[in-house]
Amino acid sequence: MQQDGLILELQNGNHKAFERIYQLYSESVYGIIYSILKDEAIAEEILQDVFMKIWNNASSYNSNKGRFFTWILNIARNASIDHIRSKSHKNSQKNLTADNFVNILESNSNFSAKADAIGIKKYIDILKPDCKKLIDLLFFKGFTQKDAAEELDMPLGTVKTRNRACINKLREILVE
Amino acid sequence: MDTQEIISSGDLELYVYGALTEEESRKVSNALKEHPEIRKEVEEIENSLQKLSASAAPAYNAEAILARIKQKLGQKSEPKVIEIERDKETNWVSYIGWAATVLLLIGLFFVFEDKNDLREQLNAERTKTARMEQQIADAREYADKAEELLAVLRDKNVSKVPLQGQNVAPEAYAAVYWNKDEKKAYIDAKELPEPPRGKVYQVWSLKLEPLTPTSIGLLDEFTLDDNKIFTLENANESQAFGITLEPEGGSESPTMDQLYVLGAVASL
Repeated sequence: MQQDGLILELQNGNHKAFERIYQLYSESVYGIIYSILKDEAIAEEILQDVFMKIWNNASSYNSNKGRFFTWILNIARNASIDHIRSKSHKNSQKNLTADNFVNILESNSNFSAKADAIGIKKYIDILKPDCKKLIDLLFFKGFTQKDAAEELDMPLGTVKTRNRACINKLREILVE
Repeated sequence: MDTQEIISSGDLELYVYGALTEEESRKVSNALKEHPEIRKEVEEIENSLQKLSASAAPAYNAEAILARIKQKLGQKSEPKVIEIERDKETNWVSYIGWAATVLLLIGLFFVFEDKNDLREQLNAERTKTARMEQQIADAREYADKAEELLAVLRDKNVSKVPLQGQNVAPEAYAAVYWNKDEKKAYIDAKELPEPPRGKVYQVWSLKLEPLTPTSIGLLDEFTLDDNKIFTLENANESQAFGITLEPEGGSESPTMDQLYVLGAVASL
């Protein structure tokens, strides 16, 4: 849940607010970064960069443009993609096996430690393959609706409605 | 679109993804501020996505990474350390205070030094200015003199009387520009040797028959005069001019063996 007061504190340069924001979002951010980069050490580096950007650019967040989570999400995705494009990444990443978040969830070693993750694993098993693919592209990879439609060879409207159905499923499982 | 339509459209999911255009996002942002149901829906979508992405994260030491981030940002990390740090801070404050005092004193010294330097510089500049003003005044005076001389030379009433060197100084030469009407004689003494100390040139107006010398003046401050043009009064009916070297103050009658130059007025 977005805490507007907390965000305002962050924008005013409050260190405590920054810590709280980190506690609220760092794991999600790390998950996004890791699902793109698939390297723990590099993902941790990028995670640090992302939170430094959050601190340094907090004033540029504007609730009229979107959710704070979405703002952070964009920073995380962009930082990860920038790293992929950088030379050092090209040299270090050659043998990637996990190609989306599903593989990551299935191979995640700390999986069982998390109550939510247990539900998610169940969800993944239930989910149709195109749901997994949709969420991976739209959420983790930051594809636009149009790009996702092209990638999955799906009509534009279908992307939207099917994605909604997928997220509804996810929510049901998490509530259970 | 009513709120239920918005909720079921699938736009809210795309909104949280950040997959909508800026324009579309703005609309949703406005809608969720106005409609609590939409806001609630967005928050639930966001919540589920946050959990989903969190579960994709490998195990990590969140606190250690936070500490590293804060270190990089220059933020203090542990609240527990505050008290110790406060002690340190007081020390720092006093050190900084002393350092500042010393720096201030050094600074003041330099300011004082600087001020003295500036004052000296100012005085030097003033002297320079005065000197230049003097030079300008001199130049103006010189120019005036030159103009006056030019006017003298051009005056049709002026007659030039060349004075040739005599036995004492065969190389010497002088000229008298005599304006009879204005009763003025301009002596050009450029080619006279410098008079020895304690001696002065004296100019004589001469009548020839009988030879009657009349002093018309001394070439005072000979060495100091740059253009060596001297203006003297001459109301005499001169037939010739002579210049002798005399003791300081001049003489009643010319010392003939010290006659330097001599010349007759051309008879008109």
